[in-house]
Amino acid sequence: MDLSLNLQSLKPLSYKIPSVSTVLDFKDYLGTIKVRWGIGRDNYSINPGLYKIGNPNNESDVFVSANYKLSFDTLRKNLTGINAWILVIDTKGVNVWCAAGKDTFSTNNIIQSVKNSSLGDIVKHRKIIIPQLGAPGIAAHIVKEQSGFKVIYGPIHAKDIKTFLQAGYKASPEMRKVTFPFKERAKLIPVDFMYGKYKLMALLMLFFVLSGLDKRGILFSKMLETGFFPVINIIGAYIAGIVIVPSMLPYIPFRAFSLKGAFGGAVSTFILCFFFHQSTLEMISMGAINVSIASFVTMNFTGSSTFTSLSGVKKEMKWSIPFQIGLSATGLMLFIISKFL
Amino acid sequence: MNKMQYLKDVATLKLETSLCTGCGMCAIVCPHDVFKIHSGKAVLNDINDCMECGACMKNCRSGALTVRSGVGCAAGIINGILNNSEPTCGCSNTKEKACC
Repeated sequence: MDLSLNLQSLKPLSYKIPSVSTVLDFKDYLGTIKVRWGIGRDNYSINPGLYKIGNPNNESDVFVSANYKLSFDTLRKNLTGINAWILVIDTKGVNVWCAAGKDTFSTNNIIQSVKNSSLGDIVKHRKIIIPQLGAPGIAAHIVKEQSGFKVIYGPIHAKDIKTFLQAGYKASPEMRKVTFPFKERAKLIPVDFMYGKYKLMALLMLFFVLSGLDKRGILFSKMLETGFFPVINIIGAYIAGIVIVPSMLPYIPFRAFSLKGAFGGAVSTFILCFFFHQSTLEMISMGAINVSIASFVTMNFTGSSTFTSLSGVKKEMKWSIPFQIGLSATGLMLFIISKFL
Repeated sequence: MNKMQYLKDVATLKLETSLCTGCGMCAIVCPHDVFKIHSGKAVLNDINDCMECGACMKNCRSGALTVRSGVGCAAGIINGILNNSEPTCGCSNTKEKACC
């Protein structure tokens, strides 16, 4: 019989639990920048299970997080000077709020993780702190019934955790309210920008080639000569729809995102036509194309925003998808016609 | 006008006051301050702030709250239509793929 194995089993359960720092290093920051640009974002996860912050004991608080590394990093860097446990749930590398929406950050998953990690043997108290944005996936009363642990909903932002703890596990109304300030919108723009990059390039190629259309056939020299105008317009509409409108979101008129985007596309057309004058028909055709592109890409920003509802997005899509298809088809036809005049 | 408010009169949120016990969980979990507790019952501040995340319904043990919850995401709805399924944010078909 191996004595060392016996000795091992006598050590407290918490012995094997990995310890993590509350200070992010260069690699963590580099990883953050990369996923914000959509690089390796689909596989930015950590192992689920229990982690130690500082030197926690059986009375230390337990914070629950998702196994998306960005979520985990945000939590741990806000726990400096605190001794605590972090229970990481397997959410397939998706952040807390989104995972709660698709049932991986779920009641059952929490109950299972509490059991699998033997949390009940590691801490004496019976409470776990779950980020408020996990609530769409969690029925707190069922977690209590089935695991014995009371769910305390913590603040939305990890930066408020210390204030929340000092107030005796109470979050102020401001800490409970989701906002969408410029800083947070700006963080999401790069991923959305990169998301459509291949479609954008395909569209640019198409219009570059079409701009060579002529009564005599398709001329490469004409592409080089006139291809610049549609290319700059499409890039302009894309930037208007995915960068300018989202960053200025509250200041752009209309509630529907497709209309906000359409507005951005119209403005970008006016600006570009002012600087690069073309035939009226070609300018009108590009205006139609620009409005439909910007409308579509801003409509897709609903998924990044923090305040759009399923019913609302469905309602606007009922008219905006036909509007975008009709307008882009009209624009394409007019553009081709303009090449033969 | 609240500049961070989406379309009006679309939210499917319903509060059945007779079932409400005034426990206050809805007011805690709602990320858009839709609820307040007034004389032992939940009341709505402004239903147009509701984004249908479903947190209130999930945490209401008396079943006083119902909402057709889901993702307010155009790409997710398009995916749902293309795959003939519920709206999901792009991760349903390829498993273990992150999104949102």
